[in-house]
Amino acid sequence: MSQTSPQPRLRLEPWNDPAAVPYIRLTDVGKSFGGQTAVDRVSLDIYKGEFFSLLGPSGCGKTTLLRMLAGFEQPDSGRIEIDGADMSAVPPYRRPVNMMFQSYALFPHMSVAQNIAFGLKQDRIRKQEIATRVEEMLALVRMEGLGGRRPHQLSGGQRQRVALARALVKRPKLLLLDEPLAALDKRLREHTQFELVSIQERLGITFVIVTHDQEEAMTVSTRMAVMDQGRIRQLGVPAEVYEFPASRFVAEFVGDVNIFEGRVVRSERDGTLIHAPAAGTHVFIDRGHDVAEGAACAVAFRPEKLGLALEPPAERAVNVIEGTVFDIGYLGDMSIYHVKAASGAMVRVALANRLRLVERPITWEDRVWISWAPGAGVVLLS
Amino acid sequence: MNGESRAERRRRLLVVAVPYLWLALFFLAPFLIVLKLSFAEVVLARPPFTPLIELLDEAGNLYLQVRLNIGNYLLLFSDDLYLRSYLNSLRIALVSTAITLAIGYPMAYAMARAPERARALLLMLVILPFWTSFLIRVYAWIGILKNEGLLNAALTGIGLIDEPLVILNTDWGVYIGIVYSYLPFMVLPLYASLEKMDLTLLEAAADLGSPPWKSFWSVTVPLSLPGILAGCLLVFIPAMGEFVIPDLLGGSETVMIGKTLWAEFFNNRDWPLASAIAVILLLLLVVPIVLFQRQQAARGSEFGK
Repeated sequence: MSQTSPQPRLRLEPWNDPAAVPYIRLTDVGKSFGGQTAVDRVSLDIYKGEFFSLLGPSGCGKTTLLRMLAGFEQPDSGRIEIDGADMSAVPPYRRPVNMMFQSYALFPHMSVAQNIAFGLKQDRIRKQEIATRVEEMLALVRMEGLGGRRPHQLSGGQRQRVALARALVKRPKLLLLDEPLAALDKRLREHTQFELVSIQERLGITFVIVTHDQEEAMTVSTRMAVMDQGRIRQLGVPAEVYEFPASRFVAEFVGDVNIFEGRVVRSERDGTLIHAPAAGTHVFIDRGHDVAEGAACAVAFRPEKLGLALEPPAERAVNVIEGTVFDIGYLGDMSIYHVKAASGAMVRVALANRLRLVERPITWEDRVWISWAPGAGVVLLS
Repeated sequence: MNGESRAERRRRLLVVAVPYLWLALFFLAPFLIVLKLSFAEVVLARPPFTPLIELLDEAGNLYLQVRLNIGNYLLLFSDDLYLRSYLNSLRIALVSTAITLAIGYPMAYAMARAPERARALLLMLVILPFWTSFLIRVYAWIGILKNEGLLNAALTGIGLIDEPLVILNTDWGVYIGIVYSYLPFMVLPLYASLEKMDLTLLEAAADLGSPPWKSFWSVTVPLSLPGILAGCLLVFIPAMGEFVIPDLLGGSETVMIGKTLWAEFFNNRDWPLASAIAVILLLLLVVPIVLFQRQQAARGSEFGK
């Protein structure tokens, strides 16, 4: 186990350091199955100690990418390097990589301890040391005393822990996790996400996780790659991907969003004005974009960045939509208002329920004004 | 089941009763008849044995006489023909089972890993021999194995041998016959257990550093153990009592218990002795079956439902 003191997470930004050498390097990696392209010439650098997420809908190629890192699939083209070594001729059983399977793939004919010891036995490690390291791992995943159980005698959460321990016990250079928490219920999943992060920080092992759950990806990762149709659509730290989605696909896949088609009216260095007829308003964004005036584009707003009022704001020329409350979804911590704009478009607004609500200040059929700050919107060009 | 009504319980009992009734009628009753016969004595009469229970009238006194003749069993242990027959059968059955497993496992493995579309066809090919009578297939082997048969003609034809190989009427003929006849009974249970195996387990083993041949022994074989056991029993048990194959393909040297039993029953018309042989054979076979059952029960609880 790594004895270095855990570094603060925010400091770990090797991708911004031009001198940093990537630990895992994918160059133009492609793979297709029977004419269907699964991974389309992906290039990607992952740095040591990262918790990297591959996020995307099912069939986007994220699992194929992970399986190529593990060695279960051979890329048709391109190159995969781990810690400077080319992996193309290395079979899975010789790679410095371990994987945690979505189904956990625990050996049903072995006890928990035997499952964890399996990888160490392949390396001809002394019995004494195997026993110590198995105990260490059981302690790490808080399963002390359960080493004698068989997998079928464990709960789903316990099986997940055993699978994690089995994948970590060989101290791999890289741990791959294929939808590791998909089988757990929501509460346990959230709890385990934080635990995964803390284990990853303690051991200093590079993690690559595949998930279709954007909340999970945002919770655990240092950086995430949003994939679609075999390509990486956007790569960045979670906040960057969420706040500045590069495309309509990413905006819609990561989080909830309102998108309106429009046309650029004025494009300046420190501001962009867009006319969005669907919203029935002009939108001003306080950042410059590389777009020609008159070009078609779309603007996206996260529901929580919009405000809702019963009175019209003082400035009514831009960044305002007038409408009526059509529906309200009460979620406890927040409420989602569906507002029908005068233009006919439906706008979703999320408001935190700061006070205990008995009577809603804004309710069904109310005439309301949606407004937002100039920094709230994002211009989408694709 | 607390909320179970009386009618429901009765219906369940009825369903469970059918197989038990079947077993009692067609398994337990014949066995009891054979058991009774084994304690009788031979007489030249029809039927050729003494009754077990007799009502005697001696000078006006009525006696219910039960005569148990244990002489048949004593003979089985004193005349070494029977002991040799049992041991020979055991040896032939064990060796044939081992050969069948050695041939059947790779076959079943290849079938289970074949492309899904090919599996149904392969399965059909394994079952295909059952469409012809077992007896005719064994007869066919006489034509193949005899000195001037197909096998020897082919081998001399390509110049591999000058003298014909003597296989028919030896133990070799019996081994070939048993292995051929019972191979499907080995392949089918093996295929069933290999086919349902989760292949991600092999990926997990490879991921943890185990090369494919090692994963075969540490993962595939242990997980197919129920299939191995079922297949071995399905071959071993009938091979142990086999009569047709040693009679047709074996020589006079090949003494197997099935042949001995046949000779006692039909040639010597010693029904009681033949019955005693059958009872001992049954006891010998019950032991491995019980062991198998216990192992299956343990597995059942291990892998859950």
